[in-house]
Order: sequence, then C-alpha cells, then structure tokens
Amino acid sequence: MESGALAASGGPSTGRLEAASPRYGERAIRGLLAFCAVLSVITTTAIAVSLLGPASGFFEVVAPGDFFLKKEWAPAQDLFGVLPLVAGTVNVVLWGMLFAIPIGLGAAIYLSEYAPRRVRKTVKPILEILAGIPTVAIGFFGVSFVTPLLQDVWPGEFLGGPPGFFNALAAGICIGLMIVPIISSLSEDAMSSVPDGLREGAYALGATRMRVATRVVFPAALSGIVASIVLAISRAVGETMIVLLVAGNTPNFTINPVENVQAMTAYIGVTATGDIATGTTEYDTVFAVGALLFVITFFMNITSIRLVRRYRELYE
Amino acid sequence: MSDGVKPTSGRARFAASGARAATLGALGRQPTSHVLRDRIFVGLLFTAVSIALLGLALILIDAFLEGQGKLSTNLITGSNSSDADKAGFEQAIFGTLYLIGFVILMVVPLGIGAALYLEEYANKERWWNRLIDLNIQNLAAVPAIIYGILGLAFIVRGPLDLGFILFAGSMTLALLVLPTVIIASREAIRAVPPSIREGSLALGATQWQTIRRQVLPAAVPGILTGIILAISRAVGEAAPLLLLGAATFVTFNPEPFADAGWTALPVQIFQYAARPQEEVRELAAAGIILMLAVLLLMNSFAIWLRNRYEQRW
Repeated sequence: MESGALAASGGPSTGRLEAASPRYGERAIRGLLAFCAVLSVITTTAIAVSLLGPASGFFEVVAPGDFFLKKEWAPAQDLFGVLPLVAGTVNVVLWGMLFAIPIGLGAAIYLSEYAPRRVRKTVKPILEILAGIPTVAIGFFGVSFVTPLLQDVWPGEFLGGPPGFFNALAAGICIGLMIVPIISSLSEDAMSSVPDGLREGAYALGATRMRVATRVVFPAALSGIVASIVLAISRAVGETMIVLLVAGNTPNFTINPVENVQAMTAYIGVTATGDIATGTTEYDTVFAVGALLFVITFFMNITSIRLVRRYRELYE
Repeated sequence: MSDGVKPTSGRARFAASGARAATLGALGRQPTSHVLRDRIFVGLLFTAVSIALLGLALILIDAFLEGQGKLSTNLITGSNSSDADKAGFEQAIFGTLYLIGFVILMVVPLGIGAALYLEEYANKERWWNRLIDLNIQNLAAVPAIIYGILGLAFIVRGPLDLGFILFAGSMTLALLVLPTVIIASREAIRAVPPSIREGSLALGATQWQTIRRQVLPAAVPGILTGIILAISRAVGEAAPLLLLGAATFVTFNPEPFADAGWTALPVQIFQYAARPQEEVRELAAAGIILMLAVLLLMNSFAIWLRNRYEQRW
C-alpha cells in the first residue's frame, strides 16, 4: 500500500503505514514457527553427526579399501568387507523391482488412460492401503505364504535348488508388493498431469489408445515415472523388517534368488539389538553400514525430488 | 463427430453424409492387428492391477487364516509368556499406546508449526527456505532404521542420554513421521485460497490473527487427515524401535520414563513371527490382525474426516 494514498485520505501524517504497537507477540510467534521448521535441518545434521562420528572412528581401524572392496563380512573375526551385505540388498531389491516395476507401471497406465473415473476413484485408494500396511505384516506374509508357495511351485534343478526357508526371492516379492503403490500412485499422478491436448492430437492422427499411452503419454510423463521408480528403489533399499524376517541373516556375496542373504538394513537391525559392547570396532560397523545406507538413499531421494520438480514445472 | 456442422438444406446434408461415409469407410476403422494389440495391452494392464489387488487381499486373508485360532480376549489381556496358549499382547499394547500418545503430543505442534512457517511466512526465493523444503522432502524418505541409529546415538546415548526408555522411542518415532505431517499440513494450508487471507488482513487483522482465525480453521480437516495417516505409520513401525531397547522380554506394563525394559506391538509381532514354533507364529498372526484392525479404523476415520469436512472454495 502506498503511503501517498493514506496521506491524501487524511490519515496520520507520519507518511508511513505502521502498526499501532510494535507487535512483539507476532515476532515471537514467527520465531517459534521458524524454529519448528529449522528442527528438520537439525534432525538431518544430527543424523549426519551420529553416523559420521562413529563411522570415522571405524575407518581409522579398518582401511576404506578393505571395507568397500573385500568380499568377506564377519566382524567377529575382523573381516570387514561390506560387499556381501551390499550384494544382499541388491539381490533382494533387484527381484523386488522386477516384480514391482511392470505391475506398478501397468496399474498406473490402466488407471490413468483406461479406467473409468469411478474405477480410478476406488482402486487408487485401495492400492494406497497396501502402502500403509506395516512391513512386519508383509514380512509375516512372506514367511507364511510366499516362501512355502515358491517351494511348492519351484520348477526344479535348472534354476538351482528350491528356495530355502530364508531366501532373497520371497523377500523381493514382498518388498515388490510394498512398493507397487509408490510406483503406481506417483506415476499415475505424472501421467494424469500430461495435458489432454497431446492425447487429442495423437487421436486425431489416428492413433489407438495403446499408441497414445505408450508413445505420447508415457514419454511425456517420463521424468515423473523415473522419479517414482527411484523413490521406490530408495524405499526398498531402506526396508528392514521384511528382509529381516524373509531373507535371512547370512552375509552372502551372491545374487542367486534362492539363497539366504543378509541385507545392510538386516545387519544393522540384528547387530544393534545384540549384546555387543559399545565402543568396539564391531559396534562401530553398525554406524559404518548405516552411513553407507544413508548416502545411497540420500542420492536417490534427491534425484527423485529433482525429477518430480521438472515435470511439475513443465505441466503444472 | 457429426454434431460439429449442421447443414441446413437437404442437398448439403446429403453431400455431408456422403463425405462422412466415404471418410469412415476409408479411415474410420483401425487395422485388425492394431485393434488386437490394443486388446492384449489392456489385458496385460488389467492383470497388473489385479495382481496388486490380489497381493493386498492375500496379505489380509493369510493373516486371518493363520491367526483366527488365537482370536480371543486373551490376546489383549494375556501377558508376554513362553507358553503360547496363555501369551498375549497386553504389555505390547500398553507400550504402543504410550509411544503413540507422546508421538501425538510432539508431532502435532511441531508439524503444524513448521508447515505454517513454510507456507505463511517463509519467502520461497530465499535459499535457506528452499533448503528446508528440500531437506524435509529428503527426510520423508530416509530409511526408518537410520532414525533408529539417530535415536540410539543422540537420544538414548550421546547429547540427550535418556537411556533405553520408552520415551526415547517416542521421540525417535516423532522425528520419523514429522516430515509426513509437515508435507500433508502444507498441502492443506496451501489449499486455503489467498483471498481469505487478503480479506482478513484488509480488515486490519495481524498475520497471526489471520492464521489463527481464518487459515487454520479452514485447513484443520486436511491437517488432521495427514496427522492420522502419519500416526498410523508410527503404529506399525518396528525397525527403529529394535535399536532402542524395545526388544526385551517384558512381563509387566511399561512405564514411559523407567529404564526397565519396554516393548511395542509391531516389535512383539516381529519376535513371535521370527520364532519357528507353529503356535507362536499363530500368535504373531493374531497380533497382526489386531494391528491391522486398528490401522483400518484409523484410516477409515481419516477418509471420513476428509469427505465430511472437505471445503470446496
């Protein structure tokens, strides 16, 4: 508001529009609210500090080269090669993504391009319930249903022996179920925000619905779709309870789906609950593995956030 | 297709319908192979949706079939016991109630406060506000077990040094779901149209009066929905609690500030599920039914709330 307008209307002749009192309360409230927001930055800093402190202590004892390149993980015997744990995570996440990407994208394309409005309005929230089921429950489902099912239907010798009680494939399927709604929901959002003009243009040129979906809508929404997949991988890498219950606890440098493996999160979960004395190198492994996990998921999350911003800028 | 042009005379109508027939005859139909491919494609998409829905149904049915034998009041009043016939979840239920109570007390003011700052006060051009925004989005996707490490290093030990008490678990869970609450609250606040604020400010209200009397009341249903969804995530989260001392075998109801061992529903379920005995596994399934029933109630309430009080501007 211009000061001139006020002066002309015969208001106080200070020339500026000011509050009648200094309003310290307003400023205090603003400060309080700002503190709430800054708390999130403090949280991130605290995560970094709590991981990096012990992790740097760990790397003074164990050479980083040994940690990142050696293939044996047995902290009790001073073997600190992290690759078996990384392979365990990759093993589970790989099968999970092979399951979840086709199903999640298929569901997204169906809901965005084919489903009648009413079907979309019921199916989407139901799928999101799947995302809200506690992972302990999905892990239990893995142990009591998926693994026995896999053992029953396993085609035989040429794929290696039937899956054991603990196996990476069942864990992968369970994790896949957990992340299907992340992929389908976020990809559907991205596809729905593609302007109708693009679709109509393609229809006018004589394209079938499938062509419109795969050649027009899919590429136009690609950054959002990739963002949903990256975020889903990040979730899968960080999932603990499913791998703990279903994949087992044996460090194993393999991507064979029938084997018992230990993922990074499972190692942290098992070791930190056990009776290991604080301050030992073995105890610090929890923080070193945790730091690795944090860095991996951090880069994936940032990539995903950036990609989502890109499609929002384009279409919204 | 035919409604665009309306020929007036009979001759024009005749010419137009002739032209339309010729066009449709030559171009109106897709080649059979394209139509076929389209059908197969839809079939595949439909299968994908069906598999996802089937998975959800199987998770629920499997838990129910495995656990129905244990569904009795003993499940709620029974103690943690090595005898699967008598064992129940009483301590775990109390633990979860305490945990969630404190989580609500912490998350509601902090989450709404941060959301209000970011939507109503923060200048989005400034780099530090954008950093906070990015940071919150990243925190929402940090693995739960990392929060467990944070709780262990910062709250149980380290700077706060509270020990392995239930309240430390509450603080950790609160930090874990805080980003979800902030993101949902921001969306609800953003949905309140600027004209409401401008009207209030024009009448001489201060910014806080505007927020307190106009923006917040309008945004409350959306904020509450977000909070309920975040709390239901906290109810089912087990991973961080494993690191914070929730794994101990407890036969008495936990006290939030006593360093005497405590447990929570999802952790107890995990411990039962990880044991090989069939009897104990049934107990885990019954616990899952209990937990899913509570979560389903909370989610339905959130949906009802959203539909009942949602404002259209």
